[in-house]
Amino acid sequence: MKIRPGFSAAIQPSEITAEAVYLDRRRLLQAALAAGVAGLGASWPAGATSGGAPLTYKRNDTYSLSEPPNKFEDITTYNNYYEFGIDKSAPAANSDRFKPTPWTVTVAGEAERTGKFALEDILKPHALEERVYRLRCVEAWSIVIPWVGVPLGDVLEQFKPTSKAKFVAFTTVLRPKEMPGQSIDVLQWPYVEGLRIDEAMHPLALLAVGLYGKTLPNQNGAPLRLVTPWKYGFKGIKSIVEIRFTEKMPPTSWNISAPREYGFYANVNPQVDHPRWSQARERKIGGGAFASRVPTLMFNGYEKEVASLYRGMDLAKNY
Amino acid sequence: MPSTVVVRRFIKPAVFLACLLPLALLVLHAFNIGGDLGANPVEKIQDTCGQWGLRFLLITLTATSVRDWFDAPWVIMLRRMLGLFGFFYVLLHFLNWLILDQGLYWSGILTDIAKRPFITIGFAALLMLIPLAATSTKGMMRRLGKRWKSLHRLVYPIAILGVWHYWWQVKADIREPLLYASILAVLLGWRMRKALQIHSLPRSSGEGQGRGV
Repeated sequence: MKIRPGFSAAIQPSEITAEAVYLDRRRLLQAALAAGVAGLGASWPAGATSGGAPLTYKRNDTYSLSEPPNKFEDITTYNNYYEFGIDKSAPAANSDRFKPTPWTVTVAGEAERTGKFALEDILKPHALEERVYRLRCVEAWSIVIPWVGVPLGDVLEQFKPTSKAKFVAFTTVLRPKEMPGQSIDVLQWPYVEGLRIDEAMHPLALLAVGLYGKTLPNQNGAPLRLVTPWKYGFKGIKSIVEIRFTEKMPPTSWNISAPREYGFYANVNPQVDHPRWSQARERKIGGGAFASRVPTLMFNGYEKEVASLYRGMDLAKNY
Repeated sequence: MPSTVVVRRFIKPAVFLACLLPLALLVLHAFNIGGDLGANPVEKIQDTCGQWGLRFLLITLTATSVRDWFDAPWVIMLRRMLGLFGFFYVLLHFLNWLILDQGLYWSGILTDIAKRPFITIGFAALLMLIPLAATSTKGMMRRLGKRWKSLHRLVYPIAILGVWHYWWQVKADIREPLLYASILAVLLGWRMRKALQIHSLPRSSGEGQGRGV
């Protein structure tokens, strides 16, 4: 079944990137495709080429926004990754020492195939695809990112979860020596997140290993991170070392830290405000100082795809 | 101790220029000179002006204590200017929120002021700063006489609201607001002690002024 995300016309591509740059980018992209070059990293504008190794992938247009992504520089210098510090410039500044290879993921819990797996082995059966998603931060800003990854559901299926697997819990690596933020007690370390199994199996849920055609920069969650575009950004747990299938709802870091403010579901919802600020409108990164906020869309614009997951639920209570 | 002339001619202008630095850096970075405002310039302006507004208010309050602790009465000559810079940055912080961040989207602005407690108290602090800035001239001091001092004690609740406003809006990392709260606690504690001493020792000299400790 093909699902085409119905994205609102309220968002103008020109609000994010100058049109000329955008068109130029598209041309380069098409040229690269025509030439049969799979690794597109080198085709993105200057600045987009620093960082990781080029990946081989195919663009998934069905699941990609029609708007252009933000600049590589914005995506990689403005984000939250508290393991590397609190400021949004801290992850880029403090993640040099982090070693994302080699990488092993422990799979545990209610599944037939559990154990330790090398990241390459987990990815091997799957083709990488590029998906341009909007990330909506709970702080009321958003950014458009061309992720490269594999559908989470496909990866989870290979571990053959049992009927008892009602949830999936994820854990970030704990390496205080490489992650200076883990020496600060702002959150409980290691970071933990979770999804209901049907959320995890949803085709929009992505396990990302790259962005802009190259492996993930350390500051964006290398080498493996979760992307759930209909949820607030903090659900997108980074540098995953454990995937556990559970029967009970697993604890999640921000919910432990402030249960009144951050729920398990954390679905983007303009009608349900954060107790301290409104979620009705968001600032789009890349618009400059004079762009106004735009209305936030239900489920971050992915309502058609994911609303059925929450039918009958009171989303004001299950925030 | 520097002479009044030295303070007026050299120290005060130097401090004035130093106080303009945070703004100058913002402006330079806005034009990509020596840096930039990053991916979210509106937030950068908002945070910078808010932080410096609060810092200058605390520095203003510190001036009185520094006079007492280091027997440096000349520091008081800088106090009004420091306080006005505090107001200036708070005002920029507010106008940035109103114009660049909210885009003069009035229904959202009014709802935020009414419904978001951290915005409510920040706004209250700003409103209270206005009469202080307006009565900061020598003429107003003279005209208000004793009432001037009472009026300007408003700076204490303003500083408390300011720190509270900051504390309330951070997500998890309270280290910086905690630092400001501690500084404010020391400054206000000191004043309270001084006030109590003056009341209990009405005729003692020196000690009653809270000096020389």
